[in-house]
Amino acid sequence: MIAYIIRRALYAIPILLGVNILTFVLFFVVNSPDDMARMHLGMKRVTPEAIETWKAERGYDKPLLFNESSQGVDQFTDTIFFQKSLKLFQFDFGSSDSDRDIGYDISQRMWPSLAIAIPVLIVGLMVNITYALLIAFFRATYIDIWSVVLCVVMMSISGLFYIIGGQYLVSKLLHLVPISGYDTGFSAVKFLILPVLIGVVGGIGAGTRWYRTLFLEEINRDYVRTARAKGLSEVVVLFRHVLKNAMIPILTGVVVVLPLLFMGSLITESFFGIPGLGSYTIDAISRQDFAIVRAMVFLGSVLYILGLLLTDISYTLVDPRVRLS
Amino acid sequence: MIGEWVILWTDALIFLLLLFSTAFGIYAARKEHLRGPWRLVVRSRVGVSTLVILSFYVIVGLLDSVHFYPLVNSVEKGGAQTQSAEVISLFDHLVTPLRERQEKTYSAPLATHLYAKENIELPNGEVIRDYPRLEFGGAHLTMPEVEWSEDILRLSAMGVIKGLLVSIVITNILIMLLAARWNGTYGDAAKLLITGKTVIPWRTALITLMFVILILFWSIELSSHYHILGTDKVGEDVFYQALKSIRTGLLIGTLTTLVMLPAAILLGIMAGYYRGWVDDLIQYVYTTLNSIPGVLLIAAAILMLQIYMSNHADEFNSLVERADLRLLFLCIILGVTSWTGLCRLLRGEAMKLREVDYVQAAVAFGVGHFQIIVRHILPNVLHIVLITVVLDFSGLVLAEAVLSYVNIGVDPTMNSWGNMINSARLEMAREPVVWWSLLASMIFMFVLVLSANLFSDVVRDAFDPRLRSSR
Repeated sequence: MIAYIIRRALYAIPILLGVNILTFVLFFVVNSPDDMARMHLGMKRVTPEAIETWKAERGYDKPLLFNESSQGVDQFTDTIFFQKSLKLFQFDFGSSDSDRDIGYDISQRMWPSLAIAIPVLIVGLMVNITYALLIAFFRATYIDIWSVVLCVVMMSISGLFYIIGGQYLVSKLLHLVPISGYDTGFSAVKFLILPVLIGVVGGIGAGTRWYRTLFLEEINRDYVRTARAKGLSEVVVLFRHVLKNAMIPILTGVVVVLPLLFMGSLITESFFGIPGLGSYTIDAISRQDFAIVRAMVFLGSVLYILGLLLTDISYTLVDPRVRLS
Repeated sequence: MIGEWVILWTDALIFLLLLFSTAFGIYAARKEHLRGPWRLVVRSRVGVSTLVILSFYVIVGLLDSVHFYPLVNSVEKGGAQTQSAEVISLFDHLVTPLRERQEKTYSAPLATHLYAKENIELPNGEVIRDYPRLEFGGAHLTMPEVEWSEDILRLSAMGVIKGLLVSIVITNILIMLLAARWNGTYGDAAKLLITGKTVIPWRTALITLMFVILILFWSIELSSHYHILGTDKVGEDVFYQALKSIRTGLLIGTLTTLVMLPAAILLGIMAGYYRGWVDDLIQYVYTTLNSIPGVLLIAAAILMLQIYMSNHADEFNSLVERADLRLLFLCIILGVTSWTGLCRLLRGEAMKLREVDYVQAAVAFGVGHFQIIVRHILPNVLHIVLITVVLDFSGLVLAEAVLSYVNIGVDPTMNSWGNMINSARLEMAREPVVWWSLLASMIFMFVLVLSANLFSDVVRDAFDPRLRSSR
């Protein structure tokens, strides 16, 4: 088991290296640091000196891959690729273009993100599974048909509409909770209710439909027929047999997104003004802060690969039929 | 009227796509295994009614994809016709009144007065503060307060009557065609149609078509005198904007797939068929690309494009061209982030297919790899490709809105539902609320996405027998 995990973890290294090289090419080769500097300082009438100072302040004045003016190992380490890209592997994100420590910002901002993402995940999972089980219980009746129609309709509404409509209805018309903002500690709850609610409602359509398909697939299996033939009631069959077996795909589907919860939700956080990693990324994109975007790309990839690793492990844990190969 | 034709990049690609789908349609019509599922699609009631709605969207999108420089009467040259500097599309040309009747600023749907109060100078020199009349909306009314409701009713009735007439004509033509095809009388065909006993659900199709036509004529009638969905901040007709956005939505949904298909099919089949190091390499490439969160990769790429465009501003002839290239680039980068799913599916399928008896037989006969892939593997994975293309469409349309909200979507000067929502969301804080832009884009997007979702379900059920049996 441990050997398997180690092997899987080692497999992540070339992938992360690939991500690293890709971001390096995207951020430094496609457009040179000069272009970035010009973009930040304003397009017209930028003196070459100003560009040089801007680059020197942020360490972009080094050569890309190979430094001829240095000696020995420094020829490779004193370059943009080593300083800016490879350092990400140590989780040393450096400082942003506006000179803040990215690592510190991330560690501060991930908690608000989690405060939204975890409740959305748990409540959403409970709501979706309950609803899907209900549909599976009433399968091939009008309840089933209309529930599926409802799910498709809910899926077809843009997520932006849930947010804007929810804010308008709950906050502006009913004045139940503040429209946006955030606070520390327990007073944050009143700011979190609405985003969590909207996150759950927005996910019902796709989630329920997906779980319904899983349940219906299990319901046609032989062991379910056997259970019914034994004289078990439909409720027992559903809860003890179908739900248990359908939990395998559900669980692995959840495990894969667990690490990505840290990244937060871009849209929700920026609409509700929550200082999480999602709004951090959005702000960085609109301020064109490349250092932050680069760090977030790398962090996102690490978390995604961690998710894949966890999925593999959880598969082997819940389903003994899956062999370690 | 029409000056020089312009072919934008996306126009060319969309017509290439149309050519491909027509060719595929002709190919599919000859092969029973491809024709069968399509027959199931057109025999389902949901299938035909969504098809009608989707084709309305497609027609608008296609009309909006034929661009040219219009000829205008220039004042300097004494009324002689000169070529305008602005590129417009055939669709723009058809709805010229909608495009040109600009108000000053916001006005509510069907309004006759502006949204905000202004200082108005009366003929006797007195200045009062009131809602000024719109320049075009309801301009034919002398006493808007009294005549307004009656005028709206009259125009609506006119639209409905015209729509009904056209629907009746279409129904009759269809009945006659069906009668000729079945070698029956007009009466028999009409009876079958009205009782809904035809194999292809013509009745459902006709009812949907009637709805579309009624709405179409109603809006034509009303928009000749009003702004039926109001005007936006700079006084542009919201209905026009929403219609123009159809093209953007369709392009994002289809071109993205077109861009990613060759890579996904080629690499997916190669990985599954050759196995070994080819498989490892291709798997490595798509795992790497997949591990970067999609939004961030798009953001990074679009940021880079912005820098490039602002540093090389002189390379673009017009704003339209620039916006068009950005749209194309967005499609490409969306394709890069979304081809991995299809690639993985095809790899698995090709892996299964290479062990199948007929492929083994072909190998034994000494048929080359390329021949085997083209002749045996590719035709057998086409249904997966088709299902993915149709399923991805609605997700891409929704993604456009989100990306435009984050400012990494289409060019801000381009009409798109995302841009409409983005500019409208700040207006929700106003008192009274400016809701029409938001609602218009949401409704247009919702109808398209819902039809696409329902249609893709029908297509998937028809092409995937395994799912059909489990239902």
